[in-house]
Amino acid sequence: MSESLVVPTMAEMMAQGKQPEILFWVGSAGSYDDRAKKITRAFVKILNAAQVDFAVLGTEESATGDVAKRAGNEFLFQMQAMMNIEILNAYEIKKIVTCDPHSFNCLKNEYPGLGGNYEVIHHTQFINELINEGKLKFSENTYKGKRITFHDPCYLGRANKIYNAPREVLQKTTATIVEMKRHKSTALCCGAGGAQMFKEPEKGDMDVNVLRTKDAMETNPNIIATGCPYCNTMLTDGVKFSHKENEIQVLDIAELIANAQDL
Amino acid sequence: MHILSSILFIALTVAGFGFFAVNAKKIYRNIKLGQSVNRTDRSSERWRNMLLVAFGQKKMFARPVPALLHFAIYAAFMITQIELIEIFIDGVFGTHRIFKESLGGFYTFMISLIEILSVAALTATIIFLSRRNLLKLPRLNMKELMGWPKKDANLILIMEIILVLCIFTMNGTDEVLYNMGKSHFEGQGSFNFTISQFIGPAVFGSFSEGTLHVLERVGWWGHFIMVLSFLNYLYYSKHLHIILAFPNTYFAHIEPLGKFDNLQAVTNEVKLMMDPNADPFAAPAPDADAAPAKFGAQDVQDLNWVQLLNAYSCTECGRCTSSCPANLTGKKLSPRLIMMKTRDRLEEVGKNIDTNKGTFVDDGKTLLNDYITPEELWACTTCNACVEACPIDISPLSIIMDMRRFLVMEQSAAPMELNTMMTNIENNGAPWQYSQMDRLNWKDEN
Repeated sequence: MSESLVVPTMAEMMAQGKQPEILFWVGSAGSYDDRAKKITRAFVKILNAAQVDFAVLGTEESATGDVAKRAGNEFLFQMQAMMNIEILNAYEIKKIVTCDPHSFNCLKNEYPGLGGNYEVIHHTQFINELINEGKLKFSENTYKGKRITFHDPCYLGRANKIYNAPREVLQKTTATIVEMKRHKSTALCCGAGGAQMFKEPEKGDMDVNVLRTKDAMETNPNIIATGCPYCNTMLTDGVKFSHKENEIQVLDIAELIANAQDL
Repeated sequence: MHILSSILFIALTVAGFGFFAVNAKKIYRNIKLGQSVNRTDRSSERWRNMLLVAFGQKKMFARPVPALLHFAIYAAFMITQIELIEIFIDGVFGTHRIFKESLGGFYTFMISLIEILSVAALTATIIFLSRRNLLKLPRLNMKELMGWPKKDANLILIMEIILVLCIFTMNGTDEVLYNMGKSHFEGQGSFNFTISQFIGPAVFGSFSEGTLHVLERVGWWGHFIMVLSFLNYLYYSKHLHIILAFPNTYFAHIEPLGKFDNLQAVTNEVKLMMDPNADPFAAPAPDADAAPAKFGAQDVQDLNWVQLLNAYSCTECGRCTSSCPANLTGKKLSPRLIMMKTRDRLEEVGKNIDTNKGTFVDDGKTLLNDYITPEELWACTTCNACVEACPIDISPLSIIMDMRRFLVMEQSAAPMELNTMMTNIENNGAPWQYSQMDRLNWKDEN
């Protein structure tokens, strides 16, 4: 099934003299990582279905610098940040939505100090708003009888205290929501944060993602839902590690809703 | 006799508080060795945070059982301070229960409250001792606590037991003496203190008047001496949190946990680099710092003073380590150990300054490598679980980050894969090696 997505860029918008309501910050993972690209496409499907007036930066977007900052390279982070801020400010961006909690945190909390002030929201919050406002309809019965557990991404949850938006979205499906023992403020990291995604772990007894996937599997889920492309990769690997990939799906909130749409 | 004991009392008080003041000054000086950081903004939010987190122990209640036990000791400790006022007045003027006459029923109520809380505290202390030594709770029995930290923890608990026993010896014997009309307090009857009116006669009822007088004094002086000892022991122990938890929560990071600071020294350099009008060959401004800024932290003096205050405030409870994903999966990193080592090094630097008449003489050691290894630092996922878990808002993560910054920006010592990632960001604006021109390709893929 090949659907064509409507993805205007800021440059095109500007050429037509238009200013979109919201910028969709795709992020590096969402642009290049094969698994994360599916999340990006699912989210755009939602934006299209809800007729959201949005645009992306496209080839003008560059890494937020978040990973560089967590790795300790403040220079590289600030160079990236200032470059991005110049572009964002030139387009007079006021509001940004992103599927990546790391970009979300960085844009929301760390860009203001360098001259980038925007209203930044995470896509799980945005999807929740769209549903609440009646702009997004989906078939509530798609997940009937399924057990879904939500893994809190650290940079959405603990870092920014957003625990409820993704859960509210899930509650709007008729699925059974089951919580892991460690959830919300005590949720265990997936193991990818702090630039770990890009390096081998230090010596230990086990990988963090395996432990976190164990937490999730204790709830006997059909679906492990999350809201971060890195968590998604780590948990998908964790499920494969336990040879459960035929029984348990790891899906982003955007994918869950996009798949439940009557389109 | 009165005069002699008054003199002894005053001498002990002056010595006890004086010695503590000398050590407290050292702690203050050591904390001030840190870099400056502005934590005096938004004072109403800070007061609120201190009231909730330190005074109200909000974060302790994430684990209700130890929270309730700890609260019992805390409440007893706070209320007993009121009794201390009386002890000081009686000690100096040779009076006995000076407030009883004037306060009447309220006095009975206060001392009864102290007695009830003391029993609760005693129970809690015994449970704490067994959690540590019999039940062997994992976070209280990790290898990093073997030796002094474990002894320190047990000593504190034992001192608390002695303190409570002194209070009951004092009140219990005095009750029996008062029943006999032989108390230093005029008259005959019962003090009606909730606990000691019963356990006094039950335990000390058969003792002779002389023994009772001696025991009453042993309890009274014992209580007082334990308070002074405890005060002075703080400096050498992990127990400073009973004082420092308050400033520590006031000066805590009250921003969202995900918000890491942007290094100002870096901002200045990057702005200069990106300014098309900047003259790269210009002479440095005359007011420029003589010493070029160091990026990140190699030693305790490179950390900010709040991080050093954090190190003194840590009571080694290990909630951070028991929630750390790296530690839970067997990596070397332990957030608690980061705090313990930071304090150890800070104390070493302090002693160095003391022996060298006020200036630090290079000892060839640094916090990085000699105390904390890169392997520990690189195991961190920056997930903030340790910061969230800390009952008094300590941030081991901020120290880890500052040391990573030093490794990367001053020593170019990042793990190789991270260097590749950073080179990619520099070259093509993404942590992977993909062309920036392909950023929108996802649109047409399926």
